[in-house]
Amino acid sequence: MEELREQEARLPRLGDPAPDFEVITTHGTIRLEDYKGSWLILFSHPADFTPVCTTEFMAFANIYGDLQKRGVELLGLSIDSVNSHIAWVRNVEEKMGVKIPFPIIADLSKEVALRYGMIHPGQSKTETVRCVFVIDPNQIVRAIIYYPLTTGRNMDEIVRLIDALQVTDEHKVATPANWRPGDPVIVPPPNTQEMAEERLKQGYDCNDWYFCLKKL
Amino acid sequence: MACISPDGKPTESGTKMLLALQKGMRFAEDIAKDAGLPLFRVRSGLRDIVVAGLAERKGEDYKLTTKGAELL
Repeated sequence: MEELREQEARLPRLGDPAPDFEVITTHGTIRLEDYKGSWLILFSHPADFTPVCTTEFMAFANIYGDLQKRGVELLGLSIDSVNSHIAWVRNVEEKMGVKIPFPIIADLSKEVALRYGMIHPGQSKTETVRCVFVIDPNQIVRAIIYYPLTTGRNMDEIVRLIDALQVTDEHKVATPANWRPGDPVIVPPPNTQEMAEERLKQGYDCNDWYFCLKKL
Repeated sequence: MACISPDGKPTESGTKMLLALQKGMRFAEDIAKDAGLPLFRVRSGLRDIVVAGLAERKGEDYKLTTKGAELL
């Protein structure tokens, strides 16, 4: 528990550099730095050969092509051995007809799970909860999602989050609630009175000086 | 090693990387494009290939060794 408390004090937060790792995976030894220049979704699941995780892995496999088109790689993790991972992905392919194309970390020592805060003792002391860490091409943590053991994740939301982050980076805007690609985006609020007055003359769709939308 | 089997032979992805090196690709990005593999996989695989003595690395520049060429 002491180790867990110490790790909790150093959990990555949004905007922090992603904690470094070198890990054994189903695709060999991988380092975080191998993903430099790509977006990375690092996600954990509680255990191999469990039903919710199986549905999630098939769903992640289904969106993998769409993610790759967006320059995003997937990397799974659980506290299982690499042999267990290999047996499970082979079983998923054989029984469900879905090939898992991305690597899975065998984090038997829990080193990465603890470093990223993936073990929530209130949920389970031995399994990782359903975490999603979105890491950008500069290896900065840009978004974190936690789901409980009992609830499978929503892939549409993960793809939407990536789209929103990439649009934000490219156009220096923000995205409103339930935003989808093609929807209007939010122009960042002005910082001075002069900017606020100018904002209203710039042809944006403004409800008020602080609330302006524009089409990209 | 992901790219080299325990018997010392390159795997399918390892062979693709070695062939890209044989064609003169020198950087991980070019090798990934030529081999049709994700960049992370190539960076990881090149480490194995270098440790196995099949390629040499100078900075970001990779070159097939005689041992690597003999395997193809």
